[in-house]
Amino acid sequence: MEEQFDPVIVAFVCNWCTYTASDLAGTSRLGYPKNIRLIRVMCTGMVDTQYIIKAFLEGVDGVLVSGCHPGDCHYINGNFKARRRMKLLKTILPQFGIEENRLRLTWIGASDGIAFAETMQRLVDQIRELGPNPARAQQII
Amino acid sequence: MSRTADINIKDNHIGETIGQFLKKILESDEVAAVLTPHRPAEKDMIMPRFITDPEHLQGAEPLSPAFAVNSARLVSRLTRQSPGGTIAALLRPCEIRAFVELVKLNQGSTENLIIIGTDCPGALQNADFFAFAEKHGDKATARFLETAFSDDQASAEDLQIAPACRACTQPTPEGADLAIGLFGLQPGPKIQVYAQTERGEVLLEKLGLEEAQADEKHQSAAEDLISRRSQARQEMIEQTRAATDTMEKLADYFSRCINCYNCRTACPVCYCRECVFATDVFDHEPVQYMKWAGRRGSVKMPTDTLFFHLTRMAHISTACVGCGQCANVCPSNIPLAELFISVAEQTQSAFSYQAGKSIDEQPPLAVFQEDEFQEIVGIENGS
Repeated sequence: MEEQFDPVIVAFVCNWCTYTASDLAGTSRLGYPKNIRLIRVMCTGMVDTQYIIKAFLEGVDGVLVSGCHPGDCHYINGNFKARRRMKLLKTILPQFGIEENRLRLTWIGASDGIAFAETMQRLVDQIRELGPNPARAQQII
Repeated sequence: MSRTADINIKDNHIGETIGQFLKKILESDEVAAVLTPHRPAEKDMIMPRFITDPEHLQGAEPLSPAFAVNSARLVSRLTRQSPGGTIAALLRPCEIRAFVELVKLNQGSTENLIIIGTDCPGALQNADFFAFAEKHGDKATARFLETAFSDDQASAEDLQIAPACRACTQPTPEGADLAIGLFGLQPGPKIQVYAQTERGEVLLEKLGLEEAQADEKHQSAAEDLISRRSQARQEMIEQTRAATDTMEKLADYFSRCINCYNCRTACPVCYCRECVFATDVFDHEPVQYMKWAGRRGSVKMPTDTLFFHLTRMAHISTACVGCGQCANVCPSNIPLAELFISVAEQTQSAFSYQAGKSIDEQPPLAVFQEDEFQEIVGIENGS
């Protein structure tokens, strides 16, 4: 049997919504793939572009930024700022061969434990289809 | 119709004529100081000089091909608080654009400032300028101007303007209070000054210059140049994209980078007081290098070069005005201007933004709208 590609995905999740949803998924005993490495941040609005660039240069195969639905941001508008930064990176990175779909943005509310588990599974499937991050083979960071 | 004035060129010396015009401005009650490129007597280095005594305008070199520094940063230092008088700054179009970006980032103010912009035929990179100045001495600027406005390409044999300038499609001083028009008028007996703002109108009126008709040749010559440059720009962008369209190629592109950060220092819009790359975050423990190398077999030293440049693209490409100073100061001759101009074109068009164009338009990362970019949200889209 061919060995299946096991992607590494870093997920920046906001404390108030998506992290809480992941907690709910856990307490509800919903499983999700071990490929996801959660990094809890206070708000998606604090995820500087360099965190994401760093993750890709270190060789991760996908990056997810996930926060509160529009209008629900604990800090009023951090998620809108995050969306602009994601737009920016989705414009820059593909120019250098890092596919746009390696970088994803979702809104998952605090009560969406089921949505969290499902989204993580679909994300892993999609990134697996894309294959390894081309930066992974580089000896320059 | 905005106010226009003719300035007749004395003794065929256009630089001196503009110098006299600056002197007239400085001697008026309107202006307390002038910032202009200046050549100290018997020396070849041309640098900006901040002048309050009209006599010190002797040696002003308003149209020199030297471009050692983007003066937007200097004007920002001069205007971030009230300087106690009005300053007139003679700037290239890309310096004006960079300053506009800095004002929007609260790094300067137009309140006590009159911007005098010139049509810009382009500038030389430092190394080329030094060689050129050595060869032509105090005639360097005159020699440059002889060829810069000529259609005869052969006469420009020892003159290759910087790559960023060859791809510059904004060579006229938009946003200046007073614009000095050269295109279509040079070589010739006169140049024209156009008031582009109310402040410019008032100053021009106070200087007592006779009103004139705007010469149509200026507009059409500028349009011709812009269309030639647009083509060169597209070619440059296509070549650069092809040279960097994979991570492997990008790594090659930057393989000579030594982390000197000159590009960051010279960049007029890279304005952070303390750059993250200068902090302890990048004082890695030796064991970290061992980990990096261990994971991939080896790691190119110094590290964090791609990280630095990609981060700079993310941080400033929406504000990049294409002045090319990053390339000008690179000791490893990495073609930075080409890449940053290519990336900036994409990121600015992603936000329908043009850096330096309007002082009222907010920088893309400083604002947002609630219902925009829906297509990038969710994991169902685009897969």
